[in-house]
Amino acid sequence: MKLLSECLHSCAGCEVSLVDNGPDMLEFMRQLEVVHMPLLVDGKYFGQEGTGKEMVIPRADVAIVSGGVANRDHLGILKKVRQRCDCLVALGTCATHGGIPALINQWPVSEAMRAVFSRFSNGRELKFVQIPEMLDRVYALDEKVRVDLMLPGCPPRSSEILHVLKGLVGRQDPGLPSKSVCDSCPVAREGKGGVKKLRRFLDNSVLDVNRPLEEMRCFLEQGFLCMGPVTAAGCAGRGAPLCIRAGVPCRGCFGPARPGGNQLLDMINALASNGIDWKSIVDRPSLLRFSGAHGLLRPARKRQ
Amino acid sequence: MKQKKVINIQPVTRIEGHARISIHLDHQGKVRLTRLNILSFRGFEKFVEGRAAEEIPRIVTRICGICPWMHHLAAVKAVEGCFGIEPARDGDRLRELLLLMAHVSDKILHFFFMAAPDFLLGSEAACSARNIFGMAARNPELARRVATMRQLAQQMIERFSGKAIHPVAAVPGGFSRPMTADDRKALLHDAVKLLDFALFALDFARKEVFPRVEDDIAGMDDIKTGFLGTVGETGGLRLYHGKLRLMKPDGSFVDFLPVEYENFIEERVEPWSYAKMPYARAWNEGFCLDSSSPRGIYRTNALARINVCDHIPTPRAQEALEEFRHKHGRPAQATLLYHWARLIELVYVSERTIELLEDPDILGTDVRCACRPGAGHGIACVEAPRGTLIHDYETDENGLITKANLIVGTTHNIAPMNLSVDRAARAVIRDFNPGPEALNRIEMAVRAYDP
Repeated sequence: MKLLSECLHSCAGCEVSLVDNGPDMLEFMRQLEVVHMPLLVDGKYFGQEGTGKEMVIPRADVAIVSGGVANRDHLGILKKVRQRCDCLVALGTCATHGGIPALINQWPVSEAMRAVFSRFSNGRELKFVQIPEMLDRVYALDEKVRVDLMLPGCPPRSSEILHVLKGLVGRQDPGLPSKSVCDSCPVAREGKGGVKKLRRFLDNSVLDVNRPLEEMRCFLEQGFLCMGPVTAAGCAGRGAPLCIRAGVPCRGCFGPARPGGNQLLDMINALASNGIDWKSIVDRPSLLRFSGAHGLLRPARKRQ
Repeated sequence: MKQKKVINIQPVTRIEGHARISIHLDHQGKVRLTRLNILSFRGFEKFVEGRAAEEIPRIVTRICGICPWMHHLAAVKAVEGCFGIEPARDGDRLRELLLLMAHVSDKILHFFFMAAPDFLLGSEAACSARNIFGMAARNPELARRVATMRQLAQQMIERFSGKAIHPVAAVPGGFSRPMTADDRKALLHDAVKLLDFALFALDFARKEVFPRVEDDIAGMDDIKTGFLGTVGETGGLRLYHGKLRLMKPDGSFVDFLPVEYENFIEERVEPWSYAKMPYARAWNEGFCLDSSSPRGIYRTNALARINVCDHIPTPRAQEALEEFRHKHGRPAQATLLYHWARLIELVYVSERTIELLEDPDILGTDVRCACRPGAGHGIACVEAPRGTLIHDYETDENGLITKANLIVGTTHNIAPMNLSVDRAARAVIRDFNPGPEALNRIEMAVRAYDP
């Protein structure tokens, strides 16, 4: 099997997660041909001589693409990858839902750039040259091309990436989890609606690290915002969710639990139906901090 | 006959970011200008605005999937500055431990997975084989050990703190959970293995890599710049807390506090790169990217830290530093020496990890003090693998971010990397057809910085 890996508007964390498989990754890669993987392998778009006129992406059976689509280069690369591969895997939450970089979608791109660069140009808009123009917002991959498999996570679990790739070699359906973080969370839930408002995470939860997690009270029941109810499971395989283990509430990094779900609206619904005042959450748009693509995060309309 | 004029090395490979090297040739095939273009704009400084400050350490991690711990920790310290609090002592100690452990896996990743193929297989190797998989085919034993040790370092972090990539456990006020005696026992057991490996790596490189580095340096007319890094009270190498030291190319230096950074460092924007370029405002010589007479340019990352520190506070790393200085002086300028400096640091972080784990206070349970959101201004630094991270935030009375300025490790090195690729291109390109081997030598100048 020929494997292609490309990262677009991303941080390389997904690729590092793959490398975190250690010797298992090296062993697995021996069975494949890695035709393109900028993080570890020297393939170039314009030939090894650097003089090609047109971008070349090698043909592959499977392409794993991390990161969203934010500039003209990303779009060109993604379209080419789509043409050159049989199976396209969107790797990580940036690729599946926009991820953290899609938070910028709350502002028009020109305003964001002005905010960052204007003090260097006497307030004038900087005209960039020789580098790709930014698109109007950050897109998930499936807004631009057909995607065959979604593997969310920030980052996706190491062993899960390897498991999926192995499945694709054997041409099997990898069978991704379809539960929520809460479904996989072992903490104690009493189900009593004592909480009316949510607190910010400014003090630690009640947690005894010498006792099993099953004895810890659910974060929401302790009055902290936890995105577990509306977030896809998968961060810890069969184990307890990673953030819960670390003693901090979930923030939703695997994207919506429900296909096509909206983590902000779904969370507000979940809170409202439990009698919790959702207006007690500060900065509500940040409930979409991992899934702001697909037009969910947008610039606020200017007030007259 | 019409001749081609621009050579594009894109993407620059075996690095973390997204970059292109464009080499502009004149009509005789000589290098007119070489540039390293940073190709995307993400806007973290804008989109943190309006967020609750205590959430920022869990957002800015996504600046870099290779060094998320450093962003996590610089942010948490800066947010504490905004809220006007000091972290709980035991929690702060745990944070330093995690920073060190994160440095371990990072250095193994960079040295062996990204850089070593250039030296062990060589620029002349086929580009399809010049990588970790090619190394695994040639020396499976070594590749296996390297991959296992790097994985171990990541697993240690994950076991104790939940997530290794995009961490969550550092919180304003301290840390989310204390360490148990069992945690500590397991970590110490593995930390000893990592120190063994670090010493092996340095020894291995001394035999197999550094001689090639020295050959390559001998043929290069390298750039001369200043350096920036963090040191402790007595001038020893520090990565988590400390003062900043800005060294001139001649080795003289000034020390200052992180909160004073704007008096010493200024940033600049060029229209051909989305990354800002910091330079040394304190030298009063302006900014110039001409590789034969640069002005205002300083470097960060391992070589810079090794240059600015007076000593390293752990024994094996100090020995390695003395050997390095004896051979290459202070400050050492040759860009490829970054690799050597990185392995000295690998020994330091491995030793210091054990020191901290052996300290009985590491089990302290005073890990977090409660904080109250409020208006303020916080500036904090930590040393990321790629250099001094500066996070600077302002908050309103509700503790929401109103303004942010971030100078990330690699940003400091954007200007010097531009100088280095220009120098390298002038050294290896003689006509219109330099070929892949020469082009890889130019990329090696970027890779040394581990951008």
